[in-house]
Amino acid sequence: AAMTTMNPDLRRERAAATFQPELLTNVLDGSAERTRRRKEIEALVINDPDFQHEDLNFLSRSQRYEQAVRKSALMVMKLREHGIANPDEILWFKSFIHRGRPEPLDLHLGMFLPTLLTQATPEQQDRFFMPAWNLEIIGTYAQTEMGHGTHLRGLETTATYDPATQEFILNSPTVTSIKWWPGGLGKTSNHAIVLAQLYTQGQCKGLHAFIVPIRQLGTHQPLPGITVGDIGPKFGYDEMDNGYLKMDNFRIPRENMLMKYAQVEPDGTYVKPVSDKLTYGTMVFIRSHIVGDAARSLSRACTIAIRYSAVRHQSELKPGEPEPQILDYQTQQYKLFPLLATAYAFHFVGAYIKQTYHRISGDINEGDLSELPELHALTAGLKAFTSWTANAGIEQCRMACGGHGYSRYSGIPDIYVTFTPSCTYEGENTVMMLQTARFLVKSYTQVTSGQQVTGMVSYLNDLSRQRIQPQHVSARTVTVRINDPASLVEAYKARAAWLVEAAAKNLQAELNHRKSKEDAWNRTSVDLVRASEAHCHYVTVKFFTAKLPEVGNAAVRAVLTELCLLYALYGISKNTGDFLQAGILTDAQVTQVNQRVKELLAVIRPNAVALVDSFDFHDLHLGSVLGRYDGNVYENLFEWAKKSPLNETEVHESFHKHLKPMQSKL
Amino acid sequence: GVNPDLASERQTASFSVEKLTALLDGGVEHTRIRRAVVEAIESDPVFSRENQYFQSQNERYEAAVRKAVHLQRKMHELGWTENGPEYKYIYRALAGDVAFLLHRIFMRSISMLGSDRQVAKWIPLANQYQLIGSYAQTELGHGTYLQGLETTAVFDISTQEFILNTPKISAMKWWPGDMGRSATHTVVFAQLYVHGKCYGVHPFILQIRSLQDHSLCPGITAGDIGPKMNFEHIDNGFLMLQNVRVPRENMLSKFCEVQPDGTYVRWGSQKINYFTMTTVRISLISNEAIEPVMKACTIAIRYSVVRRQSKLKPGDQEAKILDYQTQQEKLLPQLAAAYAFHFINDYLEELFERAYRDIQRKNFDTLPELHAFSSGFKAMVSQYCTSAVEICLRACGGHGYSMLSGLPSLYTRILASCIYEGENTILLLQTARFLMKCLKAASAGQAVPPSVTYLAAGKPGKCPAKNKLDFLNPDLYTEAYQHMAARLISSTAAKLQDLVQSGVKKHDAWNQCTVQLAQAAKAHCHYITVKNFAETVEKLEAPAGIQKIMKHLCDLFALHGIFSSAGLFLHDGYISGAQMDMVTASYLDLLPVIRKDAVPLVDAFDFSDKSLNSALGSYDGQVYQRLYEWAQKSPTNQMSPAYERYLKPLLHNKLSKL
Repeated sequence: AAMTTMNPDLRRERAAATFQPELLTNVLDGSAERTRRRKEIEALVINDPDFQHEDLNFLSRSQRYEQAVRKSALMVMKLREHGIANPDEILWFKSFIHRGRPEPLDLHLGMFLPTLLTQATPEQQDRFFMPAWNLEIIGTYAQTEMGHGTHLRGLETTATYDPATQEFILNSPTVTSIKWWPGGLGKTSNHAIVLAQLYTQGQCKGLHAFIVPIRQLGTHQPLPGITVGDIGPKFGYDEMDNGYLKMDNFRIPRENMLMKYAQVEPDGTYVKPVSDKLTYGTMVFIRSHIVGDAARSLSRACTIAIRYSAVRHQSELKPGEPEPQILDYQTQQYKLFPLLATAYAFHFVGAYIKQTYHRISGDINEGDLSELPELHALTAGLKAFTSWTANAGIEQCRMACGGHGYSRYSGIPDIYVTFTPSCTYEGENTVMMLQTARFLVKSYTQVTSGQQVTGMVSYLNDLSRQRIQPQHVSARTVTVRINDPASLVEAYKARAAWLVEAAAKNLQAELNHRKSKEDAWNRTSVDLVRASEAHCHYVTVKFFTAKLPEVGNAAVRAVLTELCLLYALYGISKNTGDFLQAGILTDAQVTQVNQRVKELLAVIRPNAVALVDSFDFHDLHLGSVLGRYDGNVYENLFEWAKKSPLNETEVHESFHKHLKPMQSKL
Repeated sequence: GVNPDLASERQTASFSVEKLTALLDGGVEHTRIRRAVVEAIESDPVFSRENQYFQSQNERYEAAVRKAVHLQRKMHELGWTENGPEYKYIYRALAGDVAFLLHRIFMRSISMLGSDRQVAKWIPLANQYQLIGSYAQTELGHGTYLQGLETTAVFDISTQEFILNTPKISAMKWWPGDMGRSATHTVVFAQLYVHGKCYGVHPFILQIRSLQDHSLCPGITAGDIGPKMNFEHIDNGFLMLQNVRVPRENMLSKFCEVQPDGTYVRWGSQKINYFTMTTVRISLISNEAIEPVMKACTIAIRYSVVRRQSKLKPGDQEAKILDYQTQQEKLLPQLAAAYAFHFINDYLEELFERAYRDIQRKNFDTLPELHAFSSGFKAMVSQYCTSAVEICLRACGGHGYSMLSGLPSLYTRILASCIYEGENTILLLQTARFLMKCLKAASAGQAVPPSVTYLAAGKPGKCPAKNKLDFLNPDLYTEAYQHMAARLISSTAAKLQDLVQSGVKKHDAWNQCTVQLAQAAKAHCHYITVKNFAETVEKLEAPAGIQKIMKHLCDLFALHGIFSSAGLFLHDGYISGAQMDMVTASYLDLLPVIRKDAVPLVDAFDFSDKSLNSALGSYDGQVYQRLYEWAQKSPTNQMSPAYERYLKPLLHNKLSKL
């Protein structure tokens, strides 16, 4: 039904670009070879009739779940068929099959199997790993409870060791202790790794992980003592059966406790684990993935909003002339281009963390963990910083599409509801910001006691020179050149230093007044979050700037430099209070910054469509009628709407049931 | 029983919740009537929203139609009329979950734009539901910019009919509520052509479905536009017209007419059309923006005293999350904003009443100000409230993400209010246009409406605050807002003038300043909101306890605004860096003060559990029990076919053969 020709507006936009989008795509993918391979894997999905299905927007939740299960089962088989084993490639394959959405086996593949690998003894791996690999066992990872999320120590599920039978007795002693949210738990899994407080010989030994069978193999019925189900409708994640799990005196053999580190001996003796920082590693890995996800989700939303804004014509700019593309309005550019720049910025931040993680995890195997605490502190903050920004940015893209953005055919509602939980899961954002703040304050304290700090926080060293200044900190004077990214990095650095110092001093002042450390910390937490945000913002500007000289092609480098400037200057214009109060910028410079932001909008405008084309999302992956590559928006909206469930019959049954009787009665 | 963590919050209230509720309602009598309406609606099972979160689009639509039909019967039974005092509470009691809202707009537009004869013909039919109306304005290709509509109505003298057409796909009517499935008639807006000349957009009454069997009339293609973020109960529709003929009498002709010979005649003032839009914008502020934010605050704040997480002091019980400064900083400013907007809404309604009386006397002088106000405040309040609801949602962590919290549906609903009845950016620019005009007039010494006289007084000055307590003086912070708004408005005007003087064309100059213009309009509205809140508190006739807490909320609203937009106040040195630290200190000091009354302050909104429809926000605070019970009712907990079809073969080891 769709027209095959490209919308003339989009054709013109593409012809006018000053650079080749493929080259920028290669930069984003890491190399031309990786782009080629990614597209090859995508083609495997596109050309496979098994992965076709009707538009998910018209399906009920149960149907969406069923589709997802069907595709996940196929996916596992086809991964092996095609011999795809490299982690990045698996991710491409999976994300393309599920079109960026979650799927019921996510926890099995992403948590259950890896946890077996890292925390199971060889004997346990023999018993569980191969069956799980072959999906006779489908597992999930049951950590969060109804009453506890990020604060793990508060979990209430108990595992009490009974030496008489050499079993653990698992219990959910309260309503709040019911496991709640684990993906794949509701309907899909037959096993779960359950985190519970271990009791042995009358003592609580803290949280430990247990392999718990929950459903009967063969019938899939819950086992006696197990109450399990789906937690009901959510904002998004329709294809995921997030579940609940309640256990009543449910017994598992002693050998089902994951015992690579801590152990319970047959008589109930508890053997402590050797301390492991390895769990840090897992967290860093998952959080760095969320940073990448923030970049991808925002990129998708930008692609849709910018293409649509080039197709949509509205109102008049000049009296008497045809209606202009809405992308020509300054207000529209101001909504979208800073987000486009942000998407690129986050992409480079995500890539940097991933690289650093791989470099350090090389070191982990050789025992050098010195960089891990900083990376851990940094990724906590960056996870929060990028997910908050992307979350708001996706909404802004949707809003920029006006009424059509509100319909499910725009695709943006789905991007939003799929992405927004990342502000909460894997560590609630505010808590994450405060973790980073703890590291910043610690580093600051080291500096004030005369020690040097290294890495991303080394700017704090400079503060010591100003120790002589008595009262309030005013940042060191930096001569800011607003067209020089490197100079802007310095400005962000000065702002971060100013806010970290202010927060640390406020904390000290509170400590001088109060008895409790925790109370003082709580009363400073708004300042501390601000300091963390400023630190993460600085790091982001720094990584973006650092990327520029690595880009070989001059035209691509030029356009990325413009985006980098826009990202940095827009951030200043949105936080002028900090820069003014810290004395980093004058009133006149702030006015210049605001003006320069608007000039850059006009500079970027001709390349806007090419810049989203470079993200290289296939239409199938984008899932948006507004964001189609060919720009044939309106005719396809109509085609889409005809498939709506309300349109199944010409006259809706409500007419016969309600309308007709009313008309005859009144 | 009530969760003790919630009960203890209520015991320490510093004021009478019941009296604050009456104050918000506008008197004890209003509270009584509202509660009676809520009781009548909620005790009737037809209006139940119990299973709403589990229903499909088809089921939601059917329920909404059933409710609308039942409501007619109920109103008749209870003697409620459209002019009675009960009427305005019905919508709140139904939480807006009812069909035929566009039927009302259909009737209103005929009453406003139709001739006496048209009114006499159509209104009784609509009143009796002999027909069901809709209102077809927006098209696929055009929304807020009405002149751009592409549907055509060509007058055919030989048959004395208009021929209606959808000449291209982007001209298809798109979005009108009740049109996808229910409506038999609609008021359709089209470009009028007579003798080949275009006379602009005009409204026509058009039948689209048979009154007998509800099938589509000849030449009509119509249907539902498919799933949206919310409003699943509404059949937003599309409509395509192919040579559909309506008699000459079907053009709404209170202000203009096409005579039998094709002569186009116009009389009266078109300005009154603005008045209709103004009415709708003002009414949506309270129903669609303020009420949802009050509900979201109720849910998030009650949940935040039930939820305990982590410890504030070692050895203590885990703390209520509302005791964390960061949680207070998320929620309490939203609560203060809900009150600020409640009072600005009172102010707007009063302004509206006054203007209405003037217009009855054919005096249109207040219209530009009213129009600017309704546009600017619709934009500012809907945007502010939308982000407030989202903050509440995210402040509830994982459980906020569950539909059962009630927050996702509040959010997806309120965010539509940023777009319909005028896209917010465009509305802000309309307000900005008014401000630019007023500034020019004021500088030339001409009279301007009272709300903008401050523009004439533009003076540099410095904030006089000496310590953080000075920032609790409403005069002082109102002055700061006024200064900031005046500065943004005058600097934007100066920029605009510079550009024009340097040879840039007027429309280009305008486009180059639109980011600043929108910001200036927002600053103006923010200033008026702060000023009005401070004046309202000043004049409040209420017990001391209520006075005091309202003053705290007003301070919080004002200081939160300065804290979050510090750069705007620091920019020309009006507030110094040292003073900004005082603002921050005063602002953060207010949080624990308001924290103590947070639960009573949301209780005063007086939403029933059924209207909140939230497992997290119920009055009794039995959060976890309710979540667990509700989840078990989910249709996904019936045995899924996915197991037999896909999981079973998977589990039964097809893979090991690979």
